[in-house]
Amino acid sequence: MDFDLPMLFIQFVSGLSRAMVLFLMASGLTIVFGVMRVINFAHGAFYMLGAYLAFTLTNLLGGAVGFWAALLIVPTLISLLGAAVELVLLRRIYEKEHLLQILLTYSLIFVFNDAVKLLWGGEMRIVTLPEILKGFVTFFGHRFPVYYLFIIGVGIAVALLLWLVLKRTRFGMLIRASAEHREMVDLLGYNVGALFSMVFIMATWLGGLAGAVIAPTVRLSLGMDMEIIIECFIVVIVGGLGSIWGALLGALIAGQIYAFGILVLPQFAMAFLFALAAVIILFRPYGLLGKGVQARV
Amino acid sequence: MKENSKTKWLWTAAIGVTLVLLPFVLEKGFSTYYLYLFIKAMVWALYAVSFNLVLGYGGMMSFGHAAFFGIGAYACAILLVKTSCPLLLAFVAGPFVAALAGAIIGFLCVRIRGLFYFAVITLSFAQLVYILVFKWRTLTYGDDGIQGIPVPDFISTTDTYIPFYFFSLIILLFCLYLLWKIVRSPFGLMLRSLRESPERAAFVGLRTDNYRLIAFVLSAFFSGVAGVLFALMETSIAPNILFWSMSGEVILMGLLGGMNLFLGPALGAVIMVLLNSFITSYTEYWGMFLGITLILIVLFFPKGVGGLMVEQFQKWRSSSHGHP
Repeated sequence: MDFDLPMLFIQFVSGLSRAMVLFLMASGLTIVFGVMRVINFAHGAFYMLGAYLAFTLTNLLGGAVGFWAALLIVPTLISLLGAAVELVLLRRIYEKEHLLQILLTYSLIFVFNDAVKLLWGGEMRIVTLPEILKGFVTFFGHRFPVYYLFIIGVGIAVALLLWLVLKRTRFGMLIRASAEHREMVDLLGYNVGALFSMVFIMATWLGGLAGAVIAPTVRLSLGMDMEIIIECFIVVIVGGLGSIWGALLGALIAGQIYAFGILVLPQFAMAFLFALAAVIILFRPYGLLGKGVQARV
Repeated sequence: MKENSKTKWLWTAAIGVTLVLLPFVLEKGFSTYYLYLFIKAMVWALYAVSFNLVLGYGGMMSFGHAAFFGIGAYACAILLVKTSCPLLLAFVAGPFVAALAGAIIGFLCVRIRGLFYFAVITLSFAQLVYILVFKWRTLTYGDDGIQGIPVPDFISTTDTYIPFYFFSLIILLFCLYLLWKIVRSPFGLMLRSLRESPERAAFVGLRTDNYRLIAFVLSAFFSGVAGVLFALMETSIAPNILFWSMSGEVILMGLLGGMNLFLGPALGAVIMVLLNSFITSYTEYWGMFLGITLILIVLFFPKGVGGLMVEQFQKWRSSSHGHP
């Protein structure tokens, strides 16, 4: 195999689009942790559910309309489910030990997987793209899907939106304050319960969006939740648990490592990510941009 | 005092007789399938109790213990299929290879204090082992799995499971005895003190990481024994025994039975194997059932079924002493 520059560039673009999906996922995971101090193992399950819902909606409404409608509706539906999970389940365990919190969200994975099996069956599903996103971009004789660019665009838009929300709104200020010093936010009289609900809704909205965005690029299958959640855990460990910009940085690194790792060892690209996580944990345990919360979780 | 030791002996004798008669009753009276199920429960019980050395006693949340179960099973199976090595050697090799893997993974993990980080790293390593076994076809046959593992006649399960039952019973009891000794030893005590307060244990002068590593390796070793038993019982294995859900189920067994009791996870394993066979005969949505059950346990009975039973027993005892 010979490596030429355009090809490396295309690998870079594909890594970037992968990074953006990882960022959509990891940002939700890390915000939930930063504010609520809960690690949501079921975050990938929301993503999987989002992808399957996108499949159904696209087929139901048909063609291009279906795809765009799914992109808008799916995150909202998923965030409603997230709200229900937060109200009915998570609310009861904030005061309990971490072990029980992790086990609760972990148990949810089993439930969601079977729910998907029940509703959609075990076989693989494919979502078709609208014409406008179907084509390829040719770059010095190499081709890559236009859809990569679309994913990157969505990622950048979400990153900007998150930045605006965090910097410019009261809600964002409370998120940042809670991540720094949750007890103080509580003592100042803010409704922490409502804040938690909002944060969880936002995170599951992002998870649903990631699912809807990824749906056309992969074969939907049971277990896709576990694949992404492990990658996301690596991303937040690299970036620093609780830090949104850490999640972005971690996602960018992980995306590139995967994209170029696949050139070197096609079947074991994931191994590079595990190695990266191991190196980070050993030498910089709280991540590149983290604030040293590792000791407690 | 004398009365007490007498009842203790009576209990031991009763359990012993039951364990000896059970396979005959199950296989002759009901069907071979029930005996198979019971042996499966025993294998899982060993896996769950050895796992609890790490989680319940050591306070380390390993999400990747399937790796050691699977490595034990694969090491034994590969030796039996690819070489003409005798059963005894293959049997012993399994746990030792698992322990070696435990030493390597444990060495990298035990210094990590946070529950979540520990969970993620162990999960990552286990997935790595899964990918490796899945793709290294020349050694492991990939997703075809290893079929027809040659098992010597004296424990062959083609006609009857009774010899294999006694074979696994002896190994199970021996391993449980060793694990019990470990847990009750000064080492076990220190391990628990580490779980309760790592800082204090370190101030007292314990080399905390060393203790955690030893517990991790021991746990991997005994998980490997369970894996070997599993391979010999099924005579075929596939990479799915290394999948993340295998790591998950063992955690959930501990949670179900009670992680604060030595035999709690074993109880959880028995309940889970029986439930699994019962539920899956009606529906394929076992995961749904399992997940909901566990959520209810986390929310309402975090001490598990075993913990609940002990609590009720103590209540009953104090009330019966209170009103003579």
